[in-house]
Amino acid sequence: MIEKHEKIEKSATLLLILSFLVVTIGGLVEIAPLFYLQNTIEKVKGMRPYTPLELAGRNIYIREGCYLCHSQMIRPFRDEVERYGHYSLAAESMYDHPFQWGSKRTGPDLARVGNRYSDAWHRQHLKNPQSVVPESVMPRYAFLADTPLRTDDAAMHLKTNAAIGVPYTADQIANATADMIAQGDADSETAEALAARYPKAQIRDFDGNPKRLTEMDALIAYLQMLGTLVDFSSYKAEENLR
Amino acid sequence: MSKKDIDKITGVETTGHEWDGIKELNNPLPRWWLWTMYACIIWGIVYVILYPAIPLINSATPGLLGQTARGDVAIAITDAKKAQSKFLDKISTMSLEDIRKDQALFEFARAGGKAAFAVNCIQCHGSGAQGSPGFPNLNDDDWMWGGTLEAIHTTITHGIRQDTDDDTRTSDMPEFGADEDFGKENIAKVANYVASLSNVKHDAALAKEGAAVFEESCASCHGEKGEGSQEVGAPNLTDQIYFYGSTVDDFARQVTKPRHGIMPAWAGRLDKNTIKQLAIYVHSLGGGE
Repeated sequence: MIEKHEKIEKSATLLLILSFLVVTIGGLVEIAPLFYLQNTIEKVKGMRPYTPLELAGRNIYIREGCYLCHSQMIRPFRDEVERYGHYSLAAESMYDHPFQWGSKRTGPDLARVGNRYSDAWHRQHLKNPQSVVPESVMPRYAFLADTPLRTDDAAMHLKTNAAIGVPYTADQIANATADMIAQGDADSETAEALAARYPKAQIRDFDGNPKRLTEMDALIAYLQMLGTLVDFSSYKAEENLR
Repeated sequence: MSKKDIDKITGVETTGHEWDGIKELNNPLPRWWLWTMYACIIWGIVYVILYPAIPLINSATPGLLGQTARGDVAIAITDAKKAQSKFLDKISTMSLEDIRKDQALFEFARAGGKAAFAVNCIQCHGSGAQGSPGFPNLNDDDWMWGGTLEAIHTTITHGIRQDTDDDTRTSDMPEFGADEDFGKENIAKVANYVASLSNVKHDAALAKEGAAVFEESCASCHGEKGEGSQEVGAPNLTDQIYFYGSTVDDFARQVTKPRHGIMPAWAGRLDKNTIKQLAIYVHSLGGGE
């Protein structure tokens, strides 16, 4: 036995190949089951892919590095549940590419920030966080209100997400730009069609300026829907104990 | 290895490896180290049996103890509620007034309300409930919708101008700037008149003319003397407590195109007991009526 092991130790190539095999087995056992185990993602009602405007807001969220200070993952501990609400479900980030669970909280968790504050509060807070929370160390994002939102590439973003498994329909992709513009305007003629395509979509002017669709509209639309989709009245906690 | 090679100086067996005449001793591993390793292996096996571990077809092996992180948090919360049930049960059934009169219950509700306030309310109202421009101070005696326990409780439960709640509080001051008959002149007059009500620097001549405008267009909600009305959520204009600024220009801006604040409805997001505790806490801040 020891003599045979000597062969491995003396041949770098053989050692490399066998080490790789060992690591592969570890990976298969630890990672692969998450993809096929049926109980990884809970069966819930209410989850839908992001609307084009929310998706644009999400991209701004990622672009500005919000995830560096904010997590979107309420862990199943009493202190977190009492502070932020129901612990996060895997189903709630199943359309996230990449997910925004985060690994560090300088600011609070945002997994359920949706509908918690008014749009006006979000506007003021994003423009000048210290004006509403003097203790905050958050930087200012006032420029979002002055930056027009790019709408021509909405369909491309939906297609990209569809390519990696988000179930966007052909109808949703075809109407992406129109939906993006319509969600920022409560009086839009296509608001009903938008609401039918994306149930629970919040349709209104988010940035306080109905004349323009800005990055502020997109980011607030995204923040206001976070954690609001799953219908917890039909969620059976006992069946999903993990 | 065919024959044992014993090092002459130490009397310890060597591994048989040799480099330029230097041989590697084959000392046994320290016992404590070896036993620790065996203990870890046994602990690992026991853990796999007791706790969720090996992934199978549909789910992982559940483990004999049936422990789950989500089950644990449910137990932790139930236990905590149980420990507080002596107070929570009473708060659920008793009226807000009665809770306030019961010293022990009042202390508990105020502490619970303070914790809930820190989590849910300080983002707008400030960590000391001092408010900020557009978000009211809760320490003073100025209440737009009433400062009694009941009124505060209703505001927290249903929010203000929260579309999703049918019982939400709503007041809708007209946009006088959009009313062409009203005109800019009248806005200037009435803004100066409002300024005169609370001794803010103003043009006395314009203010005098503004009195009639006020009586016609504003008094129905804000009262003849500008004292406001909590029933319709019209703020008191005489108390030198300002919401959207304290100059004539600020007043004119608000008359032209009023800003309307929104407070979320907390029913559904917070449980009824927590909302009651919050009402007790906010009422106790100093301005409670």
